Amino acid sequence: MLEDKDRIFLNLYGRHDPGLEAAKLRGAWNATKEMIDMGPEWIVDQIKASGLRGRGGAGFPTGLKWSFMPKEVRERPHYLVVNADESEPGTCKDREMMRHDPHLLIEGCLVASFAMRARACYIYIRGEYVDERLALEKAIKEAYEAKLIGKNNVHGWDFDVYVHHGAGAYICGEETALLESLEGKKGQPRLKPPFPANAGLYGCPTTVNNVESIAVAPTILRRGAGWFAGIGRANNTGTKVFCISGHVNKPCNVEDAMSIPLKKLLEEHAGGVRGGWQNLKAVIPGGSSVPCIPADACGDVLMDFDALKELKSGLGTAAVIVMDKSTDMVKAIARIAYFYKHESCGQCTPCREGTGWMWRVLERMAAGEAEPEEIDTLLEVTYQVEGHTICALGDAAAWPIQGLIRHFRHEIEERINDYRNRKPHVVAKALRAKAAAE
Amino acid sequence: MTEDLRKLVVDGIEIEAPADMTLLQACELAGAEIPRFCYHERLSIAGNCRMCLVEVVGAPKPVASCAQAVSDLRPGRDGEPPAVNTRTEYVKKAREGVMEFLLINHPLDCPICDQGGECDLQDQAVAYGRSFTRYDENKRAVEDKNMGPLVKTIMTRCIQCTRCVRFISEVAGVEEIGMTSRGEDAEITTYLEKSLTSELSGNVIDLCPVGALTSKPYAFNARPWELEPTETVDVMDALGSNIRVDARGPAVLRILPRVNEEINEEWISDKTRFVWDGLGRQRLDAPYVRKNGKLETATWTEALDAAAARLKGDPDKVAAIAGDLADAESMKALKDLMASLGVPHLDCRQDGAKIGGGPREAYLFNTTIYGVEDADAILLIGTNPRLEAPILNARIRKTWLDKDDVQIGVVGEPEDLTYPYAFLGGGADTMKAIADGAHDFFPILEKARRPMVILGMGALARPDGAAILKLAHDLAKKAGMFIAPTAEDQEGWNGFNVLHTAAARVAGLDLGFLPGERGRDIAGILDGAAAGDIETVYLLGADEIDAAKLKDAFVIYQGHHGDAGAHVADVILPGAAYTEKHGLYVNTEGRAQRGRRAVFPKGLAREDWAILRALSEKAGRTLAYDSLEELRAKLMEDHPTFAALDYAPGGASAGSFADAEVGAAGKLDPAPLRSTVSNFHFTNAIARASKTMAETDAAVRAATGDLRAAE
Repeated sequence: MLEDKDRIFLNLYGRHDPGLEAAKLRGAWNATKEMIDMGPEWIVDQIKASGLRGRGGAGFPTGLKWSFMPKEVRERPHYLVVNADESEPGTCKDREMMRHDPHLLIEGCLVASFAMRARACYIYIRGEYVDERLALEKAIKEAYEAKLIGKNNVHGWDFDVYVHHGAGAYICGEETALLESLEGKKGQPRLKPPFPANAGLYGCPTTVNNVESIAVAPTILRRGAGWFAGIGRANNTGTKVFCISGHVNKPCNVEDAMSIPLKKLLEEHAGGVRGGWQNLKAVIPGGSSVPCIPADACGDVLMDFDALKELKSGLGTAAVIVMDKSTDMVKAIARIAYFYKHESCGQCTPCREGTGWMWRVLERMAAGEAEPEEIDTLLEVTYQVEGHTICALGDAAAWPIQGLIRHFRHEIEERINDYRNRKPHVVAKALRAKAAAE
Repeated sequence: MTEDLRKLVVDGIEIEAPADMTLLQACELAGAEIPRFCYHERLSIAGNCRMCLVEVVGAPKPVASCAQAVSDLRPGRDGEPPAVNTRTEYVKKAREGVMEFLLINHPLDCPICDQGGECDLQDQAVAYGRSFTRYDENKRAVEDKNMGPLVKTIMTRCIQCTRCVRFISEVAGVEEIGMTSRGEDAEITTYLEKSLTSELSGNVIDLCPVGALTSKPYAFNARPWELEPTETVDVMDALGSNIRVDARGPAVLRILPRVNEEINEEWISDKTRFVWDGLGRQRLDAPYVRKNGKLETATWTEALDAAAARLKGDPDKVAAIAGDLADAESMKALKDLMASLGVPHLDCRQDGAKIGGGPREAYLFNTTIYGVEDADAILLIGTNPRLEAPILNARIRKTWLDKDDVQIGVVGEPEDLTYPYAFLGGGADTMKAIADGAHDFFPILEKARRPMVILGMGALARPDGAAILKLAHDLAKKAGMFIAPTAEDQEGWNGFNVLHTAAARVAGLDLGFLPGERGRDIAGILDGAAAGDIETVYLLGADEIDAAKLKDAFVIYQGHHGDAGAHVADVILPGAAYTEKHGLYVNTEGRAQRGRRAVFPKGLAREDWAILRALSEKAGRTLAYDSLEELRAKLMEDHPTFAALDYAPGGASAGSFADAEVGAAGKLDPAPLRSTVSNFHFTNAIARASKTMAETDAAVRAATGDLRAAE
């Protein structure tokens, strides 16, 4: 278990003052000037050495991403964009950071922008996060007043932070849709390439990072890459804020070491599964878009990118959704499918048409009103959507269903059989149709 | 400049493709066929239909080939060229998946769909579709939208490819179509369901790969396989857009564009596309002779005799005017007939434009339409190209879109041209200031590498037209718009351009359908007729004149529509419209093009050259040709420019033209220069007879807030 001295977010629960002075006492804005003085290459190298992987879900090495930005500013300015459009169901970590530890994020913005030679940083915050925006804006004001950021600031790097409020579309959390939205256009993902590091916001070199990735950066630099890299296991280093929700006794956000065993995470921080560990049915380990893992796999799995990938799931945003035996898995996944159908931008064919199809079939399956063959059809449809779309929303819509069929196929079949047994005429009709076909 | 060529292997065939080419184009270069819905060569890339998926060896998932450039592919570890597969099972499966998604919510109404038989979705479903459906849910239904009287919408069929959205905002330059809502609720619509106002809106019908946007006037008229196509040229403006006329039996049922990169690319204006219903209305289908003050049908012999008797009178009291839609052959025949009768009063410039006579370059669009794309400074004088030649306007817009540094200035009226420009002033005094180098725009023209000036009829069809023409030539010379061809630059550059509005005009000027010695020009003829000095006037389809002045003269009208000219006629000789005869037309660039007959003339009407040939015999001056071929041979012999079909001279003679005498010195009128086209939809007799054009005009006025009643 992570010791208190190794925690980055010391005010995750809002028990202390989020203001500048209190934040400084907790470590924020300490030695920032010294970090800046070390130069951009040093910062990027440190982040690389720390092994920090993007905290937004995809887990791309942050330092590497930073290094994709051009090494010098030519005619087009550089931008840092912070993705605070936290909308993945189950995920609520960024909001706590912005509410209670906003100065870590602002300091991170400065350091990261300096490392990428950006003079402006946009924080794109989810439309529903009104309090969080106010808290963040307050903290930014404090930082400006203390000359920590802005023109002629004490750090010697002229730099501005702007907060932009989204309008409540999940798709705007996709980095290129976010950029479109930020430019005032309809939030639809762009084609890649070109990647944002070449042509991002207003066509300029841009890096889009998750709130957590940026907020942990100053502490990594303060305490050294080695410290961060020493937590967790190789390739899955550092601390991570987990969001535990669902059928646990004490749902919570908690910062712990990467690669903590799932069971330990649930039992030590969330008061255990409701009704005891044997009452566990399944866990969605990384936000609604990753496939669920069944209870028998939960006992010894480690919460990190690689371990969960081996189980054909993923760490995602580390939003752990716990489901006990009372859960109707088919219905739960059908609800998730509805979410993705509702949030599809409609730009490209497989996602626009496929999400609605999958949701409708799942709704019928949840009621048992389906043919057993449709399970395979549904699975095939998920593969027809996955990997064929412009952005990853298609994948996100397909994976939970694949997880359902992989682990809980029997439940769908039982539901269908049960429905038929209650309605003999349906069985008779199917038998007649089969006989006619033969 | 050497092209950056990259090696890649497509289906085992190694090719070299330019780095900036899309993967889709590169695959086609290698002979692979790539299905697509959203991709279109002339529009920006959307990459949303996902039909063009290919397998890039080493890539984790299928790649949309339209959205990837050749330069995006990385060579293999040992430097071997990247490999792309387009025919593997993997690719087929990916495309079949996409096709299935496109079809699940697409209605099965092909039997009643006008796109049937020429539908991309239908065609590609044959290759990638299943013969059954796995989709058991209810299909989506979408409400139809109003896009005006030209574009019919059946939005349930829409596959959200956004070609129409991109065309309207990129090529047409008006932001009138867009996608609202998201996910499966996404719908294509016009803003508040207003009628489209673009002059190019009909092109979205061609672009729509399914039957969502179809032609409203053509709705349920025919199946494509019933139609007889004829490749010909358009006469609605002076560009000579290449078109295909589709007819069934005696009726023209639709008009489509043909690709001609040098003129219209693959667009045509709405007037060109939808004027065809005017070909069936207000037609002159029998000869008429005025008896007791009323026009009565007559036999050809009666009509020709009546006309010939008048022509045999005093030649100084006879005049002939050629209209805007006349073909070159009939103008030649009429000119030869008038010459043999000794008649000097000829004119083809109905609007009174002060051009013709001097060097040919003085009345041509010398830069060529294609050449506009090279221009980096454009000065528009007395013209509204959006109304006078929408296709040219789209080309100017394209130039502005493609280049950051192109500067456009306007002298005349500050109208919405779909691209930004500097409004320099209204009248000839502004022109004079530019020509004198005193205006801010002069340095822009002077510094430009390829400057051009476009002179509209609005600047020339006025009493001081000759002075403005001279001024424009001086301006062009001073600003360095004439670059003679050299060994390095073999094409040269002639930035002096006259934009005509009449399809017949350049041919008429080329063959000298102009006042002879002591001859009267158009104003002289009309005034003479009113004063009684001219007693007989021969109108070859001339309707754009002040016909009231002819009421005392004996008017012989040869033409196809009962319009202004026919109303004052004493004898009507029914002729053929442009779709009903073979004929040559010369466009504003000086490019001679051949028009072909799609259907036969209506009723007793005849091809125009043949009418003149018959009349010449009656008048005792039989013309020396017995067939259209002989007439054409004579035309080409007398005027060799007609022999160079499809050729626009461009800047070849820029050097000598720079020093030529053009126009005439004179006093300049300070009145602002106004375009001669105030109403796009009613510029000629066919368009005025078209119900579609009238409806469109009313709809556009309503949509643009101009609620004045349609004239």
